[in-house]
Amino acid sequence: MSETPRRVPRSFAHLSDEAVVALVARSDQSALAELYDRFGRVAYGVALRILRDERLAEDAVQEGFLAAWRDADRFMPERAKASTWLLTFVHRRAVDLVRRENRRRVDTLPVEMEIPSPGSAADDAWLRYERERVQAALKQLPDQQREALELAYYGGFSQSELAERLGEPVGTIKSRMFAGLARLRELLADPTGETAWKPTPYTT
Amino acid sequence: MEADALHDLTAAYSLDALDFDEARDYEVHLARCERCRADLAALSEVASALAFAVPAPAPPPELRTRILEHAAGQRANVVPLRPRWAKPVAAVAAIAACAAIGLGIWAALLSGRLDKREAALSRQDRVARIVASPDSRRVPFARGTLVVTRTGEAALLLRNLEQPGSGRTYEAWVADGGAPKPAGLFKGGDVVAVPLDQPVGAAATVMVTEEKAGGTDAPTQKPFVIVRSNGQS
Repeated sequence: MSETPRRVPRSFAHLSDEAVVALVARSDQSALAELYDRFGRVAYGVALRILRDERLAEDAVQEGFLAAWRDADRFMPERAKASTWLLTFVHRRAVDLVRRENRRRVDTLPVEMEIPSPGSAADDAWLRYERERVQAALKQLPDQQREALELAYYGGFSQSELAERLGEPVGTIKSRMFAGLARLRELLADPTGETAWKPTPYTT
Repeated sequence: MEADALHDLTAAYSLDALDFDEARDYEVHLARCERCRADLAALSEVASALAFAVPAPAPPPELRTRILEHAAGQRANVVPLRPRWAKPVAAVAAIAACAAIGLGIWAALLSGRLDKREAALSRQDRVARIVASPDSRRVPFARGTLVVTRTGEAALLLRNLEQPGSGRTYEAWVADGGAPKPAGLFKGGDVVAVPLDQPVGAAATVMVTEEKAGGTDAPTQKPFVIVRSNGQS
């Protein structure tokens, strides 16, 4: 993802997401609030998409942010972006909950749906930009790859469940996920091109 | 699971698309596999981009308040307290599960904590497997439980064990018709789960002594735990 919303107030405005996490690691509660203001909507959006229930989505976001709060001192910016790190906590929590609640649904991503939401114009513009960018990339994937990614990431289905549901061998599902993510990575790559990683055949 | 098969789980893991056991196997593998760590870092970044593709309605304002209130009540960087030793086996299973899934070892990977955790995780993983093994039997004793599988794999579970003295360690021993053999070093804690490095036969004796840091080849102190695998004292 490119950088975060521009509505950032006061003293945090000039800080990168990673720098904000560094402050969170020092138990700075206003930095945690800042992190929430930057990513709370995205986190809630994906949790709601997975869980289809506002209360459960709030639980997943809350537990994800509190896990980040507890673990922030171990965050290493050279290993992950702050957004990836944070959303990992929230996503995993949401998937745990959806599996427990058995709420999973199979309908595909409603890409056209637009929920009007109060928020600053800059937030909205940034989120809309990111959404359109990722959606456009998703649309370019072969259907089967997109389906595997969406059912896994938004549906909370495990690869075994997907194999059963789609009537394919698990190996096929695995390769669709891998190919889909690798292709998506290329499509989302920064035009400035700092993407060195390629999915490698393993060599030792 | 074969290593090649585990490599292939990276994409599914980055999407949280593994079931519990698969995820645990993969995490154990991940701790040892540099290229999976590199691939996972790259794939997880793409996976998290998917979060941005869905509509992002504003959450209720109370959510922000609630998170900040809870955070204020929890000091950062404090791992939640472990359960007390009410039900030994359940407690150990809970710790193992917690390490693997609840706290999110993937997040640990992204945060660089994995190296420190590797040893602890594989140890917990071994204990969890032994405890979960359907043919394992329990030999309770005063301060804990010895769990032994039919093939002789064994774990020692101890509760409320003080830390060893400075420059000292606890050392487990297995004697099976001969001299005691070293079976693992460990520290104290509310709940201590030690996978034993020696097989425990039907008539073996498991002992624990306190030794100098680094352990010894033969016990030099009097054991404070002596338990026979057949349960006789």
